[in-house]
Amino acid sequence: MLLLGVTLLLLAAAGADPSGSAASLRGPLHASAPPPRLLPQPVPEYGAPGVASARSAAEAAVGTGKEELEAAEQQHHGGGYRVVQWEWSYVQTPYIIAIWLLVASVAKIFHFSQRFTTVVPESCMLILLGLVLGGVVLLASKKQLYQLDPSLFFLFLLPTIVGDAGYFMPARLFFDNLGAILTYAVVGTLWNAFCTGFCLYAAKLLGIIEQVKADLMDFLLFGALISAVDPVAVLAVFEEVHINEMLFIIVFGESLLNDAVTQVLYKVYISFVEVGVENVQTADYFKGVSFLIVSIGGTLVGLVFAVILGFITRFTKKVRIIEPLFVFLMVYLAYLTAELFSLSAILMTFCGIGANKYVEANISQKSRTTVKYTMKTLASIAETIIFIFLGISAVDKSKWAWDTGLVSCTLVFIFVFRAAVVGQTWVLNRFRLVPLDKIDQVVMSYGGLRGAVAFALVVLLDGERVKAKDYFVATTIVVVFFTVMFQFQGLTIKPLVKWLKVPRSTNSKPTINEEIHERAFDHILTAVEDIAGLQGYHHWRDWEQFDKNYLSKLLLRKSVYRKSELWEAYQKINIRDAISVIDQGGNVLTSARLSLPSMASRASFPEVTNVTNYRENGSGVCLDLQVIDNVSGSKVEEDMETHHVLAGNLYKPRRRYQSHYSRHFMPLGEKERQDREVFQRNMRSRMETFKSTRHKRHKKERSLKKQRRGSDTKDDGGDKPRRNVSWQDKPVVVPVEPEDDKADHSDPEKEEDVGITFTARKAETPKQRPKSALDVCQSPPPHTPSPPTEDSHLPWKGSVGSPPPCVSVEATKIIPVDLQQAWNQSISSLESVSSPPAPAEPVHPRVSALSRLG
Amino acid sequence: MGSRASTLLREEEIEEIKKETGFSHSQITRLYSRFTSLDKGENGFLGRIIKIPESPMCRRVVVSFREDQVNFKGFMRTLAHFRPIEDNEKNKNPPTSEPLNSRTNKLLFAFRLYDLDRDDKISRDELLQVLRMMVGVNISDDQLGSIADRTIQEADTNGDNCISFQEFIKVLEKVDVEQKMSIRFLH
Repeated sequence: MLLLGVTLLLLAAAGADPSGSAASLRGPLHASAPPPRLLPQPVPEYGAPGVASARSAAEAAVGTGKEELEAAEQQHHGGGYRVVQWEWSYVQTPYIIAIWLLVASVAKIFHFSQRFTTVVPESCMLILLGLVLGGVVLLASKKQLYQLDPSLFFLFLLPTIVGDAGYFMPARLFFDNLGAILTYAVVGTLWNAFCTGFCLYAAKLLGIIEQVKADLMDFLLFGALISAVDPVAVLAVFEEVHINEMLFIIVFGESLLNDAVTQVLYKVYISFVEVGVENVQTADYFKGVSFLIVSIGGTLVGLVFAVILGFITRFTKKVRIIEPLFVFLMVYLAYLTAELFSLSAILMTFCGIGANKYVEANISQKSRTTVKYTMKTLASIAETIIFIFLGISAVDKSKWAWDTGLVSCTLVFIFVFRAAVVGQTWVLNRFRLVPLDKIDQVVMSYGGLRGAVAFALVVLLDGERVKAKDYFVATTIVVVFFTVMFQFQGLTIKPLVKWLKVPRSTNSKPTINEEIHERAFDHILTAVEDIAGLQGYHHWRDWEQFDKNYLSKLLLRKSVYRKSELWEAYQKINIRDAISVIDQGGNVLTSARLSLPSMASRASFPEVTNVTNYRENGSGVCLDLQVIDNVSGSKVEEDMETHHVLAGNLYKPRRRYQSHYSRHFMPLGEKERQDREVFQRNMRSRMETFKSTRHKRHKKERSLKKQRRGSDTKDDGGDKPRRNVSWQDKPVVVPVEPEDDKADHSDPEKEEDVGITFTARKAETPKQRPKSALDVCQSPPPHTPSPPTEDSHLPWKGSVGSPPPCVSVEATKIIPVDLQQAWNQSISSLESVSSPPAPAEPVHPRVSALSRLG
Repeated sequence: MGSRASTLLREEEIEEIKKETGFSHSQITRLYSRFTSLDKGENGFLGRIIKIPESPMCRRVVVSFREDQVNFKGFMRTLAHFRPIEDNEKNKNPPTSEPLNSRTNKLLFAFRLYDLDRDDKISRDELLQVLRMMVGVNISDDQLGSIADRTIQEADTNGDNCISFQEFIKVLEKVDVEQKMSIRFLH
């Protein structure tokens, strides 16, 4: 891979000229980018000139273009003794880009940790950063070499942003409000685009805009690109102010879809401008049709890919690691395919919307997290890059030209026409179930943020064809600055939202009751609509039926398909409860409350008690960790297996403590209780053994275990440690083994149980380590029973003593790999504490007798 | 069941229904034609709809409609539960009697669907039945049981292992019932 990269780089460099460096740097991009949507790679594309100039800034060396040529030459002759030089030119592009992103990211850290985050929005900060960067570069090289490369923007930056948006779009809300969203996106954007364009043209004719040399088509083009509300900016703000869901989804959905409209308009106008205004009559017709074709085509492509993606992820159980890759690849491929047919690629967000449900259900929890974080990271990188470029190009005067008339007119028109939202809302409210009230409308018209997309589009204009490009760029920058900085984010929207008392979204997650009853409501409404003979909102639920009957069958794994959404929701809620329980700290809880989370995956009561006991023993936190692990596996079957195993094994920790006690001095009553329990257990397991017909298997397993144990201890040098273990741990071993047997017999058909049983036991074994470590610290010097008794309180009385070590160890040492170390440690510590056997003796014979029973 | 409404709707009837349910004139006539067409089926009122393969939950709703409705007025009264609450109604002074589409009435309608034996309590069994209707066969009884347990545990405040209507309201107080239990009737 790397080799390929180098080769490509060299090849590219050979044909590179300073201006075409974007192309020249595609080598490393493709070579080192297995996931094509990875952003750091695209960056080099146009980072190159900047890199060169930045370097010149730093080193005050020769002119940048020249230097780059030099670099290319160095690559040709490189390799010899000019090691340093050569290597720099080799890494410089990604290096600078990485530094660049690093700076931006660090700035973000500061930004979010400081108070002024409420005042200065993130995108502002990025723009400011870009201003600084651009200033530095400009000062150094006297000339800005950046060019926002169309292919970079459309092939890498945009898909990451909209892909992220689409994938995480709340589908249900989106479709519930689809009508409104489409109205705002299509009608609103068209209205905005045309009106802004025509009005600017009128202003031009009236002489308000003087310098700009542009005709109607240019203004229409500008109107189109400036009218796109930016999803990036909207997203950031609305999330920050926790606006209510419906408003959020409408504005967000609008900003997402109107990109498609804008893009279509943009492309159409571009082609108009290219062919010349004379041909517009024929093109007029083309325009109307093309919008539909482009949009529907893009949507279809997205949906097709969504189906494929769902289908693929159905079979990835064995290759969990590349699951996220599939997601990225398919979403990206959907985008590229749409681009390939020059359809509206931005509508491939439907790929994300459509696939989300199936993919999320199919892939593992870890993959889900990976997808989530990667998508978010990529999107934020793309955003960062765009905003920084915005800042950088704002500095460079050669790129734009100021025309006060144009700028002020544009600003005015944008706000005026955005307010047309009110008109649309009036129409919409006649059809909407929940009318949008005035406050919503105000926020919506106020939420007309222009951002990265508009800027990227305007920069991409061809300066040759659109003479007024420089003016447009300047205006766009101002508009973006203005909307992002002053109008909306941070500065005014929050006070506005507060002042208007816009209903905020409540952050609380739905309870199980809400889940159930809301579902019931849905059913009820569907039925009532049928009765009333209405083709209403809830009719699209027919789709759900279809989805359930056909699509889900096709796209979901069997194990997943069999689960119901309700169950899923139920589990989610339980997990959440468990987590919150942990957050609150285990000891605070009463057992009554505990039954909530513990009921998560266990339907059987004994487990609940187990959990409770465990917790009362003071090590509840670790247990809950197990619970979470157990639950968040969340594929029911795996879940159930683990759950069964745990059911069989959960008692152990407690008895481990008991046995541990037995080693030290213990109040007799306690001891007796424990012995009785051990006895009962043994008897029970014996009964089970008796009942079981698989006697042989059980024996085999036991011998297997013995072997395993031998191998475990072997590391510590043969038999001696093992013998130590036996005297020390006999009480442990005795109850444990029958227990294991019982577990084995309870589900003998599950082969994995053997392995898992071991895991459970291993998990228990490390538990000894802190114990014995404590012993080493505490008991040897005094050799008195007092420390042990104090110690003995530890596991029983919960909060007293020092549970933290146990907790942490338990939490971390569940992994079997850690077993050996733990074993060794415990064993060695046992060896060092060779004196205590005497007190343990009294217990020992009895228990061993019991063991003989078992 | 199947009791025939008069073939023509008289103006005074319309006025009366309008007053009671808040539907507009056109809505009432539209729904009347729907009502008569539903009434004609050979299986009695709503017989045709019941045949539409839907989720069992939907069927239950339809059946409950059938039980309640003997005439058009009753039909309209039930439907009125699902009329969205309009702006002007919000601001108006509370009328003497609670409108049918109030939040409480909407909830009550849902509650009645759960509460089969009409003892004003949702017992575990009743909840299980509804759950079973909603989830189909893919989910085991145990799982469903634990969901039901949990649901009741969460909602139950007085410890009788049932959900009373008060508890039902309390549990759903954060839910936008006005929106979620409303249908947009054509004007």
